[in-house]
Amino acid sequence: MAATVYFDHNATTPVDPAVLEAMLPWFSERFGNASSRHEYGRAARQAVDEARRQVAAAVGAHATEVVFTSGGSEANNLFIKGAAASLKPGALAVSAVEHPSVIEPAAQLARRGWLLCRLAVDEQGRVDEAAYRQSLLSRPKLVSVMLANNETGVLQDVARLAQAARHCEAVFHTDGVQALGKTPLDFRALNACGVHALTVSAHKLGGPKGVGALVIDKGIELEALVAGGGQERGLRSGTENVAAIVGFGAACELAARRLAERAARLAALRQGLEDGLRAQGAIIFGGEARRLPNTVCFALAGFDGETLITHLDRAGYALASGAACSSAHPEPSHVLKAMGVSDGLARGAVRMSLGTGNTQEQVDAFLIALRDTAAKLRQLTALAVS
Amino acid sequence: MAYSEKVLDHYENPRNAGSFGKDEEGVATGMVGAPACGDVMKLQIKVGKDGVIEDARFKTYGCGSAIASSSLVTEWVKGKTLDQALEIKNSQIAEELALPPVKIHCSILAEDAIRAAVADYWKKQGGG
Amino acid sequence: MLKLPIYLDNSATTPVDPRVAEKMIPYLTEKFGNPASRSHAYGWEAEAAVEEARAEVARLIHADPKEIIWTSGATESDNLAIKGAAHFYSGKGRHLITVKTEHKAVLDSCRELERQGFEVSYLDVQENGLIDLDVFKAALRPDTTLVSVMFVNNEIGVIQPIAEIGEICRDKGIVFHVDATQAPGKLPIDLATLKVDLMSVTAHKVYGPKGIGALYARRKPRVRIEAQMHGGGHERGFRSGTLPVHQIVGMGEAFRLAREEMGAENERIRKLRDRLLDGISSIEQVYVNGDMEQRVPHNLNVSFAYVEGESMLMAIKDLAVSSGSACTSASLEPSYVLRALGRDDELAHSSIRFTIGRFNTEEEIDFAVKLLREKIGKLRDLSPLWEMAQEGVDLNAVQWAAH
Repeated sequence: MAATVYFDHNATTPVDPAVLEAMLPWFSERFGNASSRHEYGRAARQAVDEARRQVAAAVGAHATEVVFTSGGSEANNLFIKGAAASLKPGALAVSAVEHPSVIEPAAQLARRGWLLCRLAVDEQGRVDEAAYRQSLLSRPKLVSVMLANNETGVLQDVARLAQAARHCEAVFHTDGVQALGKTPLDFRALNACGVHALTVSAHKLGGPKGVGALVIDKGIELEALVAGGGQERGLRSGTENVAAIVGFGAACELAARRLAERAARLAALRQGLEDGLRAQGAIIFGGEARRLPNTVCFALAGFDGETLITHLDRAGYALASGAACSSAHPEPSHVLKAMGVSDGLARGAVRMSLGTGNTQEQVDAFLIALRDTAAKLRQLTALAVS
Repeated sequence: MAYSEKVLDHYENPRNAGSFGKDEEGVATGMVGAPACGDVMKLQIKVGKDGVIEDARFKTYGCGSAIASSSLVTEWVKGKTLDQALEIKNSQIAEELALPPVKIHCSILAEDAIRAAVADYWKKQGGG
Repeated sequence: MLKLPIYLDNSATTPVDPRVAEKMIPYLTEKFGNPASRSHAYGWEAEAAVEEARAEVARLIHADPKEIIWTSGATESDNLAIKGAAHFYSGKGRHLITVKTEHKAVLDSCRELERQGFEVSYLDVQENGLIDLDVFKAALRPDTTLVSVMFVNNEIGVIQPIAEIGEICRDKGIVFHVDATQAPGKLPIDLATLKVDLMSVTAHKVYGPKGIGALYARRKPRVRIEAQMHGGGHERGFRSGTLPVHQIVGMGEAFRLAREEMGAENERIRKLRDRLLDGISSIEQVYVNGDMEQRVPHNLNVSFAYVEGESMLMAIKDLAVSSGSACTSASLEPSYVLRALGRDDELAHSSIRFTIGRFNTEEEIDFAVKLLREKIGKLRDLSPLWEMAQEGVDLNAVQWAAH
């Protein structure tokens, strides 16, 4: 197990030791309920407030705009359903490559009388601008386009898309779960361009699972999904998950501090990786687009992704075939499909996502393992055919 | 609830807590608030022949801020004429004790207590 | 030397048991996988840990692991159960029954359904905090689809007649949800015999971590709910979102410890609670709120007449206790639970909840008793109401100027 090299950081990341250290006291001696008025409660409240400031600082928002949730999926649900609840049904537009926690709530709204426009993407995975402008003619009331795709790492020009939607007076949301900690994020600047809400999560950047946030412009009306108790300005009831929130704050602060250095290091690692992959004949999805510095989604023509991954797992490399969250589904990725990738090629897709712990040596060794695995599989297939 | 130093001080060491005998010369009582609202203040003043408040006592059922507000008021009214006492405003009490917005009603109640005590004094004078 | 303040607020939250924390930590660091990752050992290891924890949670309440859905806590479980079932069965009827002393998570979920056109009956309770079964039966209607009653009240610790209500609901084909936030580890819960269809539980009241809870959803006979959180299809589609493995592992371990230790622990806690009650019963005009028989051993809720709750909390700041429930204590309203018992406002304002836990000691209880005796006396000396009562004035007959 320890020998396995982890190349699946877009699925989740280990908690950074400094983050763990920040969290631990909140399990034991500082265990209070942030709603309690005694010393234990007040200490917990202060810790939640401090973490709120840290998260806000990392995304360029004001602390009062941060609503803590149980994670990115809940934040996406909260935005889509919560914003829709205070509106009369109309059109809503979401990109075809969104995470299921955006797509499924949007599909729910469609069953309740909303008109759902799925924004097409080009072959590089970027929202197609002509098609986008076309869909704005239906004057969507809600728009959601992610900052960075979890499978391909492709970045969307969210600021520009939001600008273009301004005349519709649409409420514009962006899922920043994969972007946070990997690429600069400035909610104030996005907000100035017409972005009203942003989803972030802790466990993709060295924080704990079980906590995320919806950063939301206070001018936007939102109905809570979880009622009862009135925590988080009434937008999310339930006892605050203090330790996880503290961990989220600490992870944000660390990530913000290390961002530039980390992004440069990951980009360099990935460059070598992609050169090596291309040399082996791999196709890199979204390879021409601006992408997160850590993500490569590739296919080796003629190889089934699942098979490749299974063999590479045995060789000591942890990779993903589609998005971790939807990898229960055997169907090819909806993201690649939207990019016009054929089902056959999409079935070959392998996602590698690099992280803090990965080194040049690991990447080099991986390229050799991949070549050997491919050779072995070719031999097996050849044997089977003959 | 975080209390200011001054609230804590009045709470720990209430000034002029207690009661005067009802029939004592020059004593008037103001009782304001209601148990249902979570605070009741009783302010008593002892007024001299010259119309100056010589002494004051309070008893308060309520939160720390309510107790501190009434304790403070007993100090402030002493040595004042009735008219001067009526000039004490809730905002001054709130400021002195650094009350948070949710506790402003305590200072209002304390101001009301002064009015009620003075009114009681006048009523007794008029009646007697 | 005692560590102050002494924590007597274990119904608000509990510390994570060190044994639980120890089990959790590896799942934050080296065993950090996402259980939804199907292609490598990090994911499999995480998934195995999640399933082991699920089995532990199920074991404590005598359920099948397949009947456990992870959520972020009891508040979310209550929302999922009530809104999820009400919507799923809305074709059958749109009437719900709950109780006035329920937690806000239940009451606010019901209010939301009312805004959507459902009808909700909010039952009164008796003076002892328990619901009257005849009142309950009278509230049933042909279009009643869902009943939600809490197992153990968070403020006064009384245990509602869940078995009896369950029988009635099952007989009439009504879905029965139980908010059991305060129950696990405090009394035996046997879902093999109780006719409960949906039950909310949480970890952080049982020495587990915050941020994790579960909804029990019965499979035989099967209860249906509409998911409230979508995307990714986790938890068989009932609740999407990456599973917080370390918290889940913590909940599993906390429930395992509760199962193994609750017998002895509750006897010890009952003795401490009785010691506290004995110690303060020499104070005049102390009233226990809620039934003392149908009650968990951890809870003592008392009103110290003529002393206001908040000033009381200040006077006894060496004790971490609550007046009213932790979740509503930001408001200045007297506890709606105590009001529902018919306590007048003055007594409701004067109430303090002591909830004793695994880590409290006899020495701490003795300290609390001494402090209470001293401070109640001091505050009563300051209280005009106490003075009036001593003089024989009937406070209810006084015309108070409301403000």
